[in-house]
Amino acid sequence: MAEIGKIEDVAIVAPAYDEEEDVITLVLGVIGADVHAVGNKILNYTLTKAGFNVINLGVMVSQKEFVEAAIESDANAIIVSSMYGHGEIDCKGLREKCDEAGLYDILMYVGGNLVVGKQDFAQVEKVFLEMGFNRVYPPGTDPLVAIEHLRQDLAPS
Amino acid sequence: MKIYLLTDFGSTYTKVTAVDIDSAKIVAFAKAFTTIETDVRLGFDAAKNEIAAQIGHTDFAKSLAASSAAGGLKMVSSGLVPDLTAKASRLAAASAGAKVVKTYAYELTEAESAEILATAPDIMLLTGGIDGGNKKVLLHNARVIAAVPANFSVIIAGNRSAAAQAAQILQEGGKNTVVCENVMPQFGKLNILPAKAAIRDLFIANIITAKGLDGVQEIMDAEIIPTPLAVFEACELLSRGSDGEEGLGELMAYDLGGATTDAYSMADGSPKIPNAFINGITEPFAKRTVEGDVGMRYSLGALYDLILEGNADAFYQEYGISRDDVSKWLEICAADPGILPMGEYEKYSDVDSAFAAEALRISAARHAGFNEKVYTPAGEMHSQSGKDLTQARYVIGSGGAVINAPNPRAIMANTAYAPRDGNALKPLRPTMLLDVQNCLAAMGLLSRFHPRAALQIMKNSFKEV
Ligand code: B12
Repeated sequence: MAEIGKIEDVAIVAPAYDEEEDVITLVLGVIGADVHAVGNKILNYTLTKAGFNVINLGVMVSQKEFVEAAIESDANAIIVSSMYGHGEIDCKGLREKCDEAGLYDILMYVGGNLVVGKQDFAQVEKVFLEMGFNRVYPPGTDPLVAIEHLRQDLAPS
Repeated sequence: MKIYLLTDFGSTYTKVTAVDIDSAKIVAFAKAFTTIETDVRLGFDAAKNEIAAQIGHTDFAKSLAASSAAGGLKMVSSGLVPDLTAKASRLAAASAGAKVVKTYAYELTEAESAEILATAPDIMLLTGGIDGGNKKVLLHNARVIAAVPANFSVIIAGNRSAAAQAAQILQEGGKNTVVCENVMPQFGKLNILPAKAAIRDLFIANIITAKGLDGVQEIMDAEIIPTPLAVFEACELLSRGSDGEEGLGELMAYDLGGATTDAYSMADGSPKIPNAFINGITEPFAKRTVEGDVGMRYSLGALYDLILEGNADAFYQEYGISRDDVSKWLEICAADPGILPMGEYEKYSDVDSAFAAEALRISAARHAGFNEKVYTPAGEMHSQSGKDLTQARYVIGSGGAVINAPNPRAIMANTAYAPRDGNALKPLRPTMLLDVQNCLAAMGLLSRFHPRAALQIMKNSFKEV
């Protein structure tokens, strides 16, 4: 929840959500010491517009902050961005922390520039799936793709 | 002359300060034993008569009072995550002037419910979940608290989507229950004033009577408030100023008592160095913390335990005191909490001062924030938790153990930053002031009617060391 790299919020004031049971709550943030703020603002805007209750933690978010925000808000999913190439180190252990906190079936998505340079994405995806993420996205993925996946993954069965 | 009588009903003494509003001066002071077992009015009348004798008349314009008698306002609080709603609940209760005995996080266990029963709080503040967030913890904890066989009030300041149901559970369990706004309605956003107001209202409505203060309440011109709340308001006034009378700006204050040590900061705690960012919640400008295990008499044993957890040998060495004298002084204080290191006990004065100094060091460390270096691809950054108080310009010391010590400056020195404090964000170069007339609580009471006079009196009476 850092103020660093703050840019003006795109015209969203407060999330227009009404605490109904069926509102989906997402915890969003850029993990680790990563200050890339622009993509985060766009994700926040797009996800909010799509009707989700977004708890946006901004940039430089620790694993602890993701987990604690998810507990207090009873979130359905954690959406992690990592832009600066250190995603693997920063994301390791997040699933275990969620398990520890009793967030057993919380969804975890991750996207951005997860590793340094251009590496084979299938390999990158495998690494992050093994870490416990439910969905892993290659660089530049349109947020709408994730929105579609959220609706699928959280559809009442 | 317009004389205000300002009374502080303490656990041992009832202290009455008489102030002349027009000249903004303390004109008389008297104290008598607090007579809570029989009738509080007896002690009050004794002190009041002495005041009348001192000033030669009984023409008092107003009489106001604060109380920490009969254990003060004893509270426990609970939240969900320790660094989020649980912390917010503690901040709210402390800022209302309560002695917050313990703060619980997550779902209360059976052992904890037994502990709460043993604590016998006056009020429990129940929080957890942001609005629309987690409901489970609030409902679970309401069920646990409803089943505690004790008669205390409960304030619910948690997830509003679960508050009504939690209140119903508690009411069915026979608990007097009040619902107010969430201490953290949105993630990371503190909202402690509604809970603070609810605590105050309950104190006035129920606790005053329960503590046997209703007799004196009748003869007061305003509601009795908890003494630490009066001190809190005095500190706020002293910092912010009033009516064109300038305040002192950012400051801290410590009230070193027999049972607790209270720390106050009136300061914007945001980072003061470049490349620093806040980790966790942003704490309020006006903050109070209260340490129930740090005190000069009733809690001296607990304080000693804390010192032993650190480097005990360094403690004896630093203050040039012997282990033997420390043990003896602990025994003497346990046997008679009213004892002072004077007369035949004068030889324990150094020991008492050493404890006072450590009490301030521990309270300061718990009150102030700290930062940690984090190394990033963009260079070194500082992750700050809590308030950065490095720029606070004044530290005020109150309480007999500081005021009457032979060398108060040495004790107060522990409230400022020293290299051994590591990454603690304590004031770097504060001016140290002593509340030599012990007037903080009285001026907090006066501030509600005559803030300018209260401010002038504080500024004139504090002594720099
Ligand atoms: C602007 C910028 C900066 C600015 C950031 C300013 C700020 N506060 O935002 C500054 C100058 C500070 C900066 C610093 C650094 N940067 Co830079 N930066 C960029 C740059 C040019 C643009 C980023 C941007 O805003 N993009 C626009 C937004 C809209 O796109 P986005 O961030 O990709 O996000 C979208 C998608 O990725 C996707 N998405 C993101 N997360 C997720 C998650 C999910 C689940 C989904 C579905 C989608 C999704 O949706 C977003 C919205 O559409 C990029 C290069 C580039 N052209 O992308 C480099 C880049 C990201 N930076 C890079 C690097 C290396 C750094 C530094 C380490 C450089 C250094 N050595 O100091 C530092 C790191 C600082 C730190 N601690 O984070 C590299 C990362 C390389 C890698 N991962 O392999 C890049 C790719 C440049 C490059 N080609 O080398 N940077």
